Amino acid sequence: MGKTLFDKIWDAHVVKTLEDGQSLLYIDLHLVHEVTSPQAFAGLRMAGRSVRQPNATFATMDHNIPTDNPYDVRDQIAKKQIDTLIENCREFGVQLADLDSPHQGIVHVIGPELGLTVPGKTIVCGDSHTSTHGAFGALAFGIGTSEVEHVLATQCLWQTRPKTLRIQLEGSLAPGVTSKDVILALIAKYGVNFGTGHVIEFAGSLIPTLTMEQRMTICNMSIEAGARAGLMAPDDTTIAYVKDRPHAPRGEQWEQAVALWRELKSDDDAVFDRDIVFDVTQLSPQVTWGTNPGMGADVNGTVPDPATAPTPVEQRALAAALEYMGLEPGTKITDIPVQHVFIGSCTNARIEDLRLAASVVRGRKVANGVRALVVPGSKQVKRQAESEGLHEIFLAAGFEWREPGCSMCLGMNPDIIPAGERCASTSNRNFEGRQGRGARTHLVSPAMAAAAALAGRFVDVREFAGVHQGGVAHGAAR
Amino acid sequence: MEPLVKHKGRVALLSRVNVDTDQIIPKQFLKRIERDGFGEFLFFDWRYLSSGEPNPDFELNAERAQGASILLADANFGCGSSREHAVWALSDYGFRVVIAPSFADIFFNNCFKNGVLPVVIPQDVRDELAASYAAEAWDAITVDLENQVLVTDHGLSVPFDVDPHKKHMLLNGLDDIGLTLQFDEEISGYEARRQVYQLTY
Repeated sequence: MGKTLFDKIWDAHVVKTLEDGQSLLYIDLHLVHEVTSPQAFAGLRMAGRSVRQPNATFATMDHNIPTDNPYDVRDQIAKKQIDTLIENCREFGVQLADLDSPHQGIVHVIGPELGLTVPGKTIVCGDSHTSTHGAFGALAFGIGTSEVEHVLATQCLWQTRPKTLRIQLEGSLAPGVTSKDVILALIAKYGVNFGTGHVIEFAGSLIPTLTMEQRMTICNMSIEAGARAGLMAPDDTTIAYVKDRPHAPRGEQWEQAVALWRELKSDDDAVFDRDIVFDVTQLSPQVTWGTNPGMGADVNGTVPDPATAPTPVEQRALAAALEYMGLEPGTKITDIPVQHVFIGSCTNARIEDLRLAASVVRGRKVANGVRALVVPGSKQVKRQAESEGLHEIFLAAGFEWREPGCSMCLGMNPDIIPAGERCASTSNRNFEGRQGRGARTHLVSPAMAAAAALAGRFVDVREFAGVHQGGVAHGAAR
Repeated sequence: MEPLVKHKGRVALLSRVNVDTDQIIPKQFLKRIERDGFGEFLFFDWRYLSSGEPNPDFELNAERAQGASILLADANFGCGSSREHAVWALSDYGFRVVIAPSFADIFFNNCFKNGVLPVVIPQDVRDELAASYAAEAWDAITVDLENQVLVTDHGLSVPFDVDPHKKHMLLNGLDDIGLTLQFDEEISGYEARRQVYQLTY
């Protein structure tokens, strides 16, 4: 029987398997940020341990950073957390992209950008959206702080072998429909825990047509389906993206690496524990209306009636979600107004996301009463966007153009939404209170967020001029 | 880590599905650099009204739930963010055991690292327990990890499965890092044979 892509990466990283089935898995890359690491470094210090592979450990600060002036951290507890990361990196010899670094940014944006993320690696971070890096054919997953300490000390993790789930994404996307809509529609159809205990491999005819940025958006949100990780086999697009990045292999080592990466795909006769086929051809832009990423609908749909949910538990959950969101059953999605728009986060703050949003915004104005933010995912993304003049498009339309960080995705910094107000957000979670206590989050693609900013309510971005001519066609911005 | 062999405690019932870690410990409390002191912020936005008063409608504020050390939760408990602070908050509040039909993976792992036992039982058994608890048939449960069974104080026994490795670690309160360092030679051996792409340049 053949091996899956997951099997190949897993098997290549097992240091030791115990009789009770636990495997000690070697970790090639450990990404670190300020929120989930202080207690791990403190644990090392208490036990007199060191970081086993400082060269395989890379830190940055993103969650707490104010995006208007990153140096002006007024929250003293947040400041202490940031300062603690700086001290810990110095003491333990860990590389740090701090605020002075030209590489600082959201950890899941800078890993790929710097060539730290490459196919075949095992990658962990104390952050659930580590699944993002799976887009490169790396086995990447989020861990807790105790496991962060374990990886710092041993460069390994004890793991139970997860199951495999293949999702074959078939067909191509209509103009104005993005990979964000694919993952939102998948979770809306199959639920927020259909991936639990599994590593998902995304395969099918759609994947080769997607850029790395689009692939990362899908893998990023595989955690919202409960998956341990999301994976995509590396191909020419992946290899071209990685080539010449600062921390990627070079010269002879590059040639050797590429030869090995060509083998990183599921064998034809590989068997998965589960298999799903999902046709994306008829897909419409998606908007979430509830309080988890699975509570979503087509932009031309309506808010559902809790009475139609199959079980009393789900009826209650749905009714509670609508109460929190201040929505009535049957409301058309396009009748929902927005007061805030957030374009950013590890899901959708890469250069292509900003190009896509800018192509919708160009020459138009943000609607009255809407506050709209663009927060680039990293300093590198920001510089690139500015060199292309994208910031001028956003600023002329009335958007704020911010410094890199997690920003409104989770409201651990000053960027929060007031209670009762709505935000069209390109982030990944619409949980209660995620963007601020009482804040109402609607997850959308960058194109849909941009359109909502201009209209002051949700609109089908395909109705905007230029879409059908390829103005915001999928990937056309390149 | 504090071992958990057998634990008897009062139960609190939380009949909500897909409880995410943002609800268990909201993000404004993640900035502390210590592991303790999170209990007072557990379920903060549900537990307290915006006035700061306890929310009388929240399950954990019920009279019967006071002093509870076992949480009877529902499906997909602990989904979302990887924040271990969620387990620290539950533990600091006093919970040693969480019972649910299913858990999110990262949360499930984090529990074991902190001496908190997540127990998976079938959905129909969970619903039956919730119904009899709500009908005040019982208030407390004894969780016997050694024998993998939980028993309500009205005598209902429910067996459960647990990964043998995790069970061993929790029964003995063992530190994962200590165990791993016994394999230092194997790790060094592995490091010597890594492929070119596994290195960071």
